[in-house]
Amino acid sequence: MPTSTIIATTRCAERKPTVDNFLLRALLGGIGVALVAGPFGSFVVWRRLAYFGDTLSHSALLGVVLGFLLHVNLTLGVIVVCQVLALLLFLMQRQQHIAGDTLLGILAHGALSLGLVLLALVETVRIDLLSYLFGDILAIGPSDLLWIFGGGTLSLAVLAWLWRPLLAMTVHEDLARVEGVPVAQINWAFLALLALAVALLMKVVGLLLVTALLIIPAATARRFAATPEAMALLAALCGCVAVAGGLAASYRWDTPAGPSIVVAAALLFVASHLAPRCRT
Amino acid sequence: MTSPNHDGGEILATVEEVRVQLARGEALAGVSLEIKRGEIVTIIGPNGAGKTTLLRVLLGLLEPTSGRVRLAPGVRIGYMPQRIQIDAVLPLSVRRFLTLTGRRSDADLRRVLAEVGAPAVIDSPIQGISGGEMQRILLAKALLRNPDLLVLDEPVQGVDVQGQVELFGLIGRLRQERGCAVLMVSHDLHLVMAATDRVVCLNRHVCCTGTPESVQGSQAFVELFSPQVVTNLALYAHQHDHRHDPVRGKETDRG
Repeated sequence: MPTSTIIATTRCAERKPTVDNFLLRALLGGIGVALVAGPFGSFVVWRRLAYFGDTLSHSALLGVVLGFLLHVNLTLGVIVVCQVLALLLFLMQRQQHIAGDTLLGILAHGALSLGLVLLALVETVRIDLLSYLFGDILAIGPSDLLWIFGGGTLSLAVLAWLWRPLLAMTVHEDLARVEGVPVAQINWAFLALLALAVALLMKVVGLLLVTALLIIPAATARRFAATPEAMALLAALCGCVAVAGGLAASYRWDTPAGPSIVVAAALLFVASHLAPRCRT
Repeated sequence: MTSPNHDGGEILATVEEVRVQLARGEALAGVSLEIKRGEIVTIIGPNGAGKTTLLRVLLGLLEPTSGRVRLAPGVRIGYMPQRIQIDAVLPLSVRRFLTLTGRRSDADLRRVLAEVGAPAVIDSPIQGISGGEMQRILLAKALLRNPDLLVLDEPVQGVDVQGQVELFGLIGRLRQERGCAVLMVSHDLHLVMAATDRVVCLNRHVCCTGTPESVQGSQAFVELFSPQVVTNLALYAHQHDHRHDPVRGKETDRG
C-alpha cells in the first residue's frame, strides 16, 4: 500500500533525531487519553453504549475532512462533528420506529463512508488516512498534548460533577427520575462529554479502535472492583499499563502503535481472567 | 388485616379523566382516581390494561394526552419499580444502591433495612441477593424518602408464594406504622385481595371499584376476569382471611 510506505518513511525520518522527545510525548499523550478513557469507558460498559462510541468515532473522519476544507483546526473539526452527531443520537433515542442498534449502524457506517468519499472528491486534501483510522501516537505534538490534557481535564471534571446522578440513572432511569434526577439533561450532557472524549482518544488509537480503548480496560477492571469509582480508577490504570506496554512493543518490534496498545489491553484482559477473582 | 378508618383521610393524589394515547393505541381512556392518606389501593386488570401506564402518569414519568394529576402540596412519593435487574458489570453494593440519589447515615440505612426485614444484606453486592430480598431493598429505597404515598408496581413479581404473603403483610404493616397511602399494581389476583382496602379494576377505563368483597361480586369483575379465575379467587381469598400474622420476623428466602 503506497500510503503506508510513505508514512513509514516520514516516520523513520523524524524518528532518528528526536527519539526521546517524541517517545515521551507519545507516552504522555497515551497516558492522558487512558486516564480519560477509564471513567468514560466504565460508563460506556455500564450503559451498554459500545456501539454508540463506535458511531461517534466513525463520524470523526468527516470532521477531519471538513476541518481541512474550512481551514479550521482538525481537532476542533472532529470535536464539532462528534458533538453534532451526539446531539443527533440523543434526539434519535426518542424515536421508536427503528431499533437503536440498526440506527447506530446506519449512522456509523454512513458517516465513515461519507468521510471517505469526501476525502477522495476533494483533491486538494492529502491526508494520511491510516493515521486517522488507526491513530498516530508517535506523531503527537505539543499542541496535541495541550488538547488531550486540556480537553481531558475538562471532560473529567464535568463527568465528576455529573457522577452521582448519572450513576443513579444508569441503575434505573425511572427510579432516578422519580427521585429528582433531570434524566434528559444529564443524558445529553454525558453524550456531549463522551463525544469530546472520543475526539481525544482518536489521536492515540485512531477512529476504528477508540471503542476498544474505552471498553477493554473497563471490562478488565470489573473483576477487581467493588465500587463504581474503583472500577473507573482501575480502568484508567489498566489503560495506562496498556499504553506503556503497547508503546514499548511498538518501539521494540516496530509494530503500529495504536493497534499495539489495543493488543496490550486485550492481553491484560485475558490475563485478568486467569488471575484469582477479588471480592464481588 | 384491619384497615383504619380513612373515609375522612386527606386526599393525597387525584387523577382526573386521564387519557393516554400511545403509538400502539389508546392505553387509558378517561381514568379518574383518588388516593387518601392511610389507604391501600390496588389496581388490578389483565395484561395491557394500562396499569403501569396509569402509575407512570401519576409519577410524572408520562405526560397524559388529556386530563391531569393533582398531588396535595408537599406530598412525597416513594416509588418501587417493577422487578429490576442490575447488570453484573456494575459493581454496586446494597448500601450504595440505597444512597444513589442522596446520602443517608448508616443508622438510617440499617433502620429501614430492619423495617423491611432485610438487615443482613447491607454490604452485599446487589446482584447477589435473592428475588425476595431485591423487592425488600426496592421497598427500602422508596421508604428512605419518608413517603406520604408509596407507589408499588407489581411488588411481589418473581417472589414465591410464601414470600408474597410476607411482602403483602409487610406493606400492610408499613401503612399502619407510617400512616402512608399505598397504591399498587398487580396482575395477580389471589393474594392481593386480602391485602388491600380498595380495588380498582382497570381495563383502559375503570371497570369497577370498591372493597375487595364488593368488587369480587360485581358483574364487571367477572367479565374482566374469567368466571373460572374468579371462583378460584374466592376460595383462595377465603383461606387467607384466616391467616393473621404471616410475617413475623422470618428472615428472607435467601438461597
